Amino acid sequence: MTLVDTLPNGLDVSIAKIDQSVVKLDVQNLDFFYGKNRSLKSVSIPFEANAVTALIGPSGCGKSTLLRTLNRMYALYPGQKATGKIMLDGEDILRPGVNLSMLRAKIGMVFQKPTPFPMSIFDNVAFGVRLYETLNKTDMAERVEESLRRAALWDEVKDKLQTSGLGLSGGQQQRLCVARCIAVKPEILLLDEPTSALDPISSAKLEETVTQLKNDYTIIIVTHNLGQAARVSKYTGFMYLGELVEFGETGEMFTRPVTTRGSDYITGRFG
Amino acid sequence: MAVSARRVATRRISNVIFVAFCCLFTVLALTALAAILYSLIVQGLGGMNLDVFTKDTPAAGTAGGLRNAIVGSILMASLGMVIALAVGIMAGTWLAEYAGESQFGNVVRFLNDVLLSAPSILVGLFVYYILVKPFGSFSGIAGGVALALLAAPVITRTTEDVLKLQPIAMRESGVALGSPVWHVIREILWRGSASGILTGALLAFARVSGETAPLLFTALGNQFMDWKHLGRAMTEPMASLPVVIFQDALTPYPDLNRLAWAGALLIAASVLAVTLIARAFAKESSRS
Repeated sequence: MTLVDTLPNGLDVSIAKIDQSVVKLDVQNLDFFYGKNRSLKSVSIPFEANAVTALIGPSGCGKSTLLRTLNRMYALYPGQKATGKIMLDGEDILRPGVNLSMLRAKIGMVFQKPTPFPMSIFDNVAFGVRLYETLNKTDMAERVEESLRRAALWDEVKDKLQTSGLGLSGGQQQRLCVARCIAVKPEILLLDEPTSALDPISSAKLEETVTQLKNDYTIIIVTHNLGQAARVSKYTGFMYLGELVEFGETGEMFTRPVTTRGSDYITGRFG
Repeated sequence: MAVSARRVATRRISNVIFVAFCCLFTVLALTALAAILYSLIVQGLGGMNLDVFTKDTPAAGTAGGLRNAIVGSILMASLGMVIALAVGIMAGTWLAEYAGESQFGNVVRFLNDVLLSAPSILVGLFVYYILVKPFGSFSGIAGGVALALLAAPVITRTTEDVLKLQPIAMRESGVALGSPVWHVIREILWRGSASGILTGALLAFARVSGETAPLLFTALGNQFMDWKHLGRAMTEPMASLPVVIFQDALTPYPDLNRLAWAGALLIAASVLAVTLIARAFAKESSRS
């Protein structure tokens, strides 16, 4: 069921509803402020469990900002604040007193540029695990292998686990970051333009990785690449100037966008 | 528009003159440096022998070496570097990671820059008033503290600079895994900046190892050294290479003058060695 609203200013928005029982993360009336600057305007968007949702829109529309509220990364910076609700398994993560470490153990994040830590490949993957669990050597080795396999990097690095993560290619580094993320066993993965710094072949590999992970994780991917959104996601949200303009099933949205702004963006008239 | 042949010619001439001046002054600077090195090496090697390392500083007219001054220099520089590393790395980390553009942070940054170029004799005088006068004695500890005050601002500055070179996404990646900020700093940022911080530390060491003025006010000098109790020796006046050079070079005795040259060569050689090591580390870090 889709609800189309025409705002008083003549602009339309369309937010599809999805079955509440499969919603993992539910953003409700979220506002975000960089100082006095309001950069998210009453955004409400549901993220379905074990599915990929893509966030698209022109630069500065608030996609990354939205992503950074979901793991409360913004809390690092005084002067940034979010109001509204983000319900994760029935609990509001914006509530004061939420344990941010535990929250971030549940919600992993991969960034635009690969950020391997200055340590060995093995230690990169083990880094997050060591924050939460005390594993013996065998268990840790197993966890590292499993994570690298899931990130489709194992075959390329299995013989050089003790060498520096900085020596890998950009694409491999990004998959290492994915492995590092899933080693903690999160439930949600936030991918912030994960392929924008990669060449087409590495991008394709990373997309493949995302596709392999999508049944086990709730994945939210911010991307400037509309083709990528169409290929990997089940749902797409189109944002513009801090608002969520259109949200719905990816297939629907790319073939029959409902809103004028959404259709203009998707057909390449702006953005 | 027509090309003016005259203009082109004038510009070429002025270019030649400019380049000629650059070359001339470069040659002048290099000649001075070569002359210093030449006299240092020739005279220094002339005074160099095994006694320099095995005997203590002599009274005029007797045979002797620089053993106590070498060890004193090493002890005081080590104490100074330990203090300076602790203070400098912590302060630099605070400036880079926590202070931001806050007013207090900017004041600390400014004062550190002032200290960075403070005349070393003032630092010596300051330590004289807080450590020598109250305790009634010149001491190796006071000397070490004076050297620490000179080295700490260098380390603070380089630590802040190299930490700031690390991408913000690196910090956020650590935090996104659920790591507390201090853990990210210790395990990721320090590790990533280790070679840069080390380079800064070695340069700071090179800077303080030739300092004379602050040691004159603090460690003074000592013909004797309590070899059995080096810890106790630190509480007494202590010899150091720069001060011994200063004293011996001013005497009319040729053998003491020769010792001074040998000491100068030792300092120059160790500074050169440390600088080369620092460069090697810097190269290593830029590669990874």
